[in-house]
Amino acid sequence: MTDIHVSSSPTGSGGRHLLEVKDLYVEFHTRDGVARVINGVSYHLDPGETLAVLGESGSGKSVTAQAIMGILDMPPAKIPGGQILYKGENLLAMSEEKRRQVRGKEISMIFQDALSALNPVFPVGWQISESLRTRAGMSRKDGLKRAVELMDLVKIPAAKARIKDYPHQFSGGMRQRVMIAMSLAMDPKVLIADEPTTALDVTVQAQIMDLLGDLRRDLNMGLILITHDLGVVADVADRIAVMYAGRIVEHADVRSVYKHPAHPYTEGLLDSIPRLDSKGTELATIKGLPPNLMRPPTGCAFHPRCKYAKAVCTTETPRSLDLGHGRTSACHFAKEMLDGTLR
Amino acid sequence: MFRYLVRRFLQMIMVFIATTFIVYSLMYLTGGDPIQALAGEKPVTDLQRAQLTVKYGLDQPFLVRYWNYLTDLLHLDFGTTLTGRSIKDILLDAWPVTMQLALIAILVTIIFGVTAGVIAGIRRGSIFDNATLVLTLIVIGIPSVVLAPLSQYLFTIQWKLFPTTASGNPTWYELLLPGIVLGSLSVATAMRLTRASVSENLRADFVRTARSKGMPGRRVIGIHVLRNSLIPIVTFLGVELGSLMAGAIVTESVFNVPGVGFQLARALKTEDTPLVIGIVSVLVIVFLVANLIVDLLYAVLDPRIRYE
Repeated sequence: MTDIHVSSSPTGSGGRHLLEVKDLYVEFHTRDGVARVINGVSYHLDPGETLAVLGESGSGKSVTAQAIMGILDMPPAKIPGGQILYKGENLLAMSEEKRRQVRGKEISMIFQDALSALNPVFPVGWQISESLRTRAGMSRKDGLKRAVELMDLVKIPAAKARIKDYPHQFSGGMRQRVMIAMSLAMDPKVLIADEPTTALDVTVQAQIMDLLGDLRRDLNMGLILITHDLGVVADVADRIAVMYAGRIVEHADVRSVYKHPAHPYTEGLLDSIPRLDSKGTELATIKGLPPNLMRPPTGCAFHPRCKYAKAVCTTETPRSLDLGHGRTSACHFAKEMLDGTLR
Repeated sequence: MFRYLVRRFLQMIMVFIATTFIVYSLMYLTGGDPIQALAGEKPVTDLQRAQLTVKYGLDQPFLVRYWNYLTDLLHLDFGTTLTGRSIKDILLDAWPVTMQLALIAILVTIIFGVTAGVIAGIRRGSIFDNATLVLTLIVIGIPSVVLAPLSQYLFTIQWKLFPTTASGNPTWYELLLPGIVLGSLSVATAMRLTRASVSENLRADFVRTARSKGMPGRRVIGIHVLRNSLIPIVTFLGVELGSLMAGAIVTESVFNVPGVGFQLARALKTEDTPLVIGIVSVLVIVFLVANLIVDLLYAVLDPRIRYE
């Protein structure tokens, strides 16, 4: 692979990142109480780079993305703290009208289930060109012409003939390509893909992943790939941020994570990927369930499920430990994990 | 699309035959003596009776009589009333009035029901939402036999805003109050339906997508949400328009509107069997056509069902 060198040093002018989430907090105020779903998440993204955000359902990976997009329903959601910097400007401090300008044009997002994420009553060409017509001032004809180009770009065969088709007339994979074409209409600098392949067949998954990887490289976009599937990200991602209970528990470049996980949760995730050479043996799982965010466990949120848990884990919340080379782990025993001395 | 149309049309013919058959049999089974009804209070001699029986084909078997009725109907020959008036003429007089009334009623339904439903759907749980909920529940709870005379009393006699009854050839103004009364009965249903449809679509994934595309809120609601919410609403309005065209027996009787419902009520009161059958047959056709149009509109509005 000849892709961008993985580094944690800021690129671009003024030493800032393209997108930076800083110590973000999100809570949901419901009738039953307050659920703290994001508890101090920080990550950053540079042009042409892929960051994979990994975690189980409810770990807060999608909520973080929705907070970046500004499409959280507030209320019930509330953002009591943190910053989201895009090109150095804090999105959270912007007016709604200014944020709307950023959506789709600077930061764009694609969703898990393209069938429900696309509007069922409008033709795909109409939907792809909607932003071009209403925001870029293109005529209907020019918009549709550009829509065909975008559909060609995401490799939809016979794009011109399918421009008037409706979402339900496409296969799952093609539908996701339509979704991607639509998200690229305004040439965004950041693309957030929220579980883009979860609803697809395995063979189609790989095609979509390859497409996203190619587009990111060709268009020099920053790509945030949200997934719960470690297998999916290995080839595409540069860095991985593993989330658990609204925190980033491990953050490192993809090779380091696969070689030596620095957090017991990451290790558990890696062990639970089925392998050909483990045929006949029982698949490892992480015991227990993700915590209830209304009543999170004391200390480290992962301790009830951690096979290494010690006394300190039940009382003290681990800080994010810097392990060098931009690598962090929120485990009291991160160094011991890397040494292989943790029992 | 073509196959769908053909299938739908064949269905319509079957429903038409079945319903007219049922109506005809019911009138046949209720018995009574049609010749005595024709003569009124006067005595009928045996000779007259025999003559009239042959003249009206009453000596024929039931199925033959049904067949004759059906072919006459298809030739738009509805026969005459017991008093000798052409039923076709009565229908031609009554129909435009009922259509006017139905139009007012459906406009009332759209303007008040659909608009309020959209607002309530967007602002679920707001004061507006709760107030309209209570109001619609009250209106749903009042039957038209109460609502029509009550509003007639209040608006025409007490406050003198409208004429009390319609004339033989009613103007739009005379039909306004009956139209509003008729429409208010479906306002409540239209509102609840619109509210549910809008609030459901507001939570849909494609709304989130439209927002992520940077579409302004008014476009998200005005185009993406409304276009989808329209599907059940149009279906409802179409069926509703069909039944409004069928005339409103109570409302038309109370306000003396010479429409189809008024004529039907009169025919029932005077036991004018040919007129009842004539009106009901046409109502069946109107209803079937309205339903066909709704089904076709449905296919236009929702591309997902177009090729089934």
